Amino acid sequence: MITLTVNGEPRSLDVDPEMPLLWALRDHAGLTGAKYSCGIARCGACLVLVDGAAMPSCVVRVSDVEGASITTIEGVGGEIAEAVIDAWTRHDVAQCGYCQPGQVIRAIDLLQNNRAPSDAEIADAMDPNICRCGTYQRIANAVRDAARALG
Amino acid sequence: MLFRPIPALSRRRFLQGGAALGGALVIGVSARFGNRAMAAEPVSGLNPPAAPNAFVRIGADDVVTVIVKHLDMGQGISTGLATIVADELDADWGQMDFAFAPANAALYNNFNWGPVQGTGGSSGIANSFTQLRKAGAAARAMLVSAAASEWGVPEGEVTVERGRIRHAASGRESGFGAFAARAAALPVPENPVLKTPDRWNYIGKTAPRLDARAKTTGRALYSFDVRRPGMLTAMVARPPRFGARLVRFDDRQARAVAGVVEVAAIPTGVAVLARDTWSAMKGREALVVEWDESRAEKRSTQDIEADYRDLARTRGARAVDRGDTSGAMLRAARLIEAEYDFPYLAHAAMEPISGVIEKSADGGYEAWGAFQIQTIDQATIAAIMGVTTDKVRLNTLVAGGSFGRRATPQADWIAEAAHILKASGEGAPVHLVWTREDDMRAGYFRPLVHHRVRISIDERGRPLAWEQSIVAKSILIGSVMESFIIDGLDSSTFEGAEKLPYDVPAMRLEVHNAREQVPVLWWRSVGHSHTAHVMETMIDELAEIAGEDPLAYRLSLMDGASREAAVLRLAAEKAGWDVAPPPGIGRGIAVHRSFGSVVAMVAEVSVSEEIVKVERIVAAVDCGLPINPDNIRSQVEGSVGFALATVLRERVTLVDGVVQETNFDTYEPTRFSEMPLVETHIMPSDAEPTGMGEPAVPTLAPAIANAVFALTGRRVRSLPLDRPVASEV
Repeated sequence: MITLTVNGEPRSLDVDPEMPLLWALRDHAGLTGAKYSCGIARCGACLVLVDGAAMPSCVVRVSDVEGASITTIEGVGGEIAEAVIDAWTRHDVAQCGYCQPGQVIRAIDLLQNNRAPSDAEIADAMDPNICRCGTYQRIANAVRDAARALG
Repeated sequence: MLFRPIPALSRRRFLQGGAALGGALVIGVSARFGNRAMAAEPVSGLNPPAAPNAFVRIGADDVVTVIVKHLDMGQGISTGLATIVADELDADWGQMDFAFAPANAALYNNFNWGPVQGTGGSSGIANSFTQLRKAGAAARAMLVSAAASEWGVPEGEVTVERGRIRHAASGRESGFGAFAARAAALPVPENPVLKTPDRWNYIGKTAPRLDARAKTTGRALYSFDVRRPGMLTAMVARPPRFGARLVRFDDRQARAVAGVVEVAAIPTGVAVLARDTWSAMKGREALVVEWDESRAEKRSTQDIEADYRDLARTRGARAVDRGDTSGAMLRAARLIEAEYDFPYLAHAAMEPISGVIEKSADGGYEAWGAFQIQTIDQATIAAIMGVTTDKVRLNTLVAGGSFGRRATPQADWIAEAAHILKASGEGAPVHLVWTREDDMRAGYFRPLVHHRVRISIDERGRPLAWEQSIVAKSILIGSVMESFIIDGLDSSTFEGAEKLPYDVPAMRLEVHNAREQVPVLWWRSVGHSHTAHVMETMIDELAEIAGEDPLAYRLSLMDGASREAAVLRLAAEKAGWDVAPPPGIGRGIAVHRSFGSVVAMVAEVSVSEEIVKVERIVAAVDCGLPINPDNIRSQVEGSVGFALATVLRERVTLVDGVVQETNFDTYEPTRFSEMPLVETHIMPSDAEPTGMGEPAVPTLAPAIANAVFALTGRRVRSLPLDRPVASEV
């Protein structure tokens, strides 16, 4: 039994301790917002916040985050998350959308640490996240816009 | 928003009829699908016995749901189709919603494909435009009629604007919902009056994506996210080489893995069914499988390429034989010869293959997935399960990308899921999931392609004759679509090469259908993905030989009134072609027509430490009437992002028949930091609208290659160009 906090609620998951956090969330916590795409931490589709920091849940064992506070895309909130989601929607960033929950988590992580990122800092932060639809130009504009909205 | 398949029509009030309209509408009472929980209660009854023609549904809550007969793979067809309906209906954009149609080829066929429901060839907008205008206009007329009758006023005095129905003289006003049920009882007008373009509110203007928020917040339901009661997750152990066959397997260790429920042989390999994804993965790893590889494909990519080169020097099937090519070769002031190699490419959609199938209480079957050719998917399931097609219900879900991959003439992935359901005894719903490695190793690649070109030019560097030979495995041969092959010619191999926009007096185009066991498939822009590169880089070489500016040379060989000439001029003007680029920047241009749309691009590149960086792309597009301009821009930007990595580095290679690139570490899509600035300019047009899901892909590679030449003097023929490029040649 692995005990952790998911989106603010304490959860006990009866799963193999070796199970990646991604599958524990998707198959055992009913949260499918974090996506599987590569399984080797090369694309960022599976990002969640672990104690506030973005981590690829596809390579994090659930036992390694025992006791931690996990926030998935379904559970994000607060002014930064709202600014990011509003900007993403306003810019019509999503195409297929499959990578976007991970992109949003990455942008939240960036803006939590740096509310006024330069273009180079945005590129550095967003580079680990792949979008096969190629929405990067809109992602860049949305991150800039969200930062501006946060003031 | 939605992403729910259409709920049972039987649970709704709807109107029968409208067949004469070629697909009209249903006005019924609906709840807004998007407001429901995502993976909630079972959805059933998608193929009602008497299916109505249905493209528009209006709920008592004023929500207008557009029934989308296509798969939305991210290109935004759902929003595009809703844009058309909203305009003719005079709805407010805020009340628009959409839902995917059930499988029903009689109602929802793609007009470009005859009696087949499916999505591809950038045909979504083109084949739905008139159909949905009529559907929207008919719904509006019925609402007006219902309101006029209720209010006791002449229909001619009732107006509709942004979702409000009004009678000015009496001051009456209402939303749509109040009259939805009454309107549904009226006859469907056969030829409703369509709006004139000057009255459009959304077409050609602004209509934000209806799925933006759901996709941004993780609420959109993809195939990977489907959860059914008692569902088992299935993974399949497949052979390491194409064409290998299962001999035997030992599943004792696999069955010992906690969570593993069943192991079964199926035509594509050995399936492991488990209570969750992790158990299925571990169970599959624990399988011991013996394969017979005696008849498997064991060649390496370089062997296949060498075979292609040999084949290109033999006579092939003639796709074009125009003018005196042989004579022109003899009269040449100069002969230009070139060879091009293009690699296998994986679609690598972000969402790997996945789908769900289960036995229904009524003895039929129900499946969930990103169905791209519903008619084939449905028929394939029916054949495997031994039922008639009407017993198979499909719930089409939004796709996490496709780029062609989900549309196989073999219905490969849902067929695999059906075989697993059958082999497992049909007791539990089966969720087939593929890992990234499964997805990459399975083939269905963009074919490996070899081009051989010989061009005869006169003293002034003008082409006299163009001779070209293309070698590739045909996508259609061996599939249910083989009947489209005429005289050995699969147009998906050579499309884009058969018709030059340039004045070339003689042309001969030959095609060779290579035989190999690697499964190949259409890949975003299909044949154009390689033909445009050959044509547009060769034209650039001719311009260089002629000593002319690449743009001026192209225009001099073209009908000045052509759409190609127009987009070339527009792209060049917007890119500042007449002004020399800054130091360190090379500029290249290309134009190509595909799927009815014409795209020109100017690429600006730099080369630093042997690495090509694309700095800026200026695109000009003519896709007929632009329905949703922001989505057109989005598709151009996205096509650049998608195709850039295939120019820079993407390739699938085989070593002794085994796929080498199995994940994003070795097959790496374009990254954020590589994305150039993309500017899109849309040609105003009132011609019939055509698609933009693919046409911006083909011009990218030649525009970049021509820019690399302009900067370095080095010609890039074969792709990708991840070989180092010398700054000085």
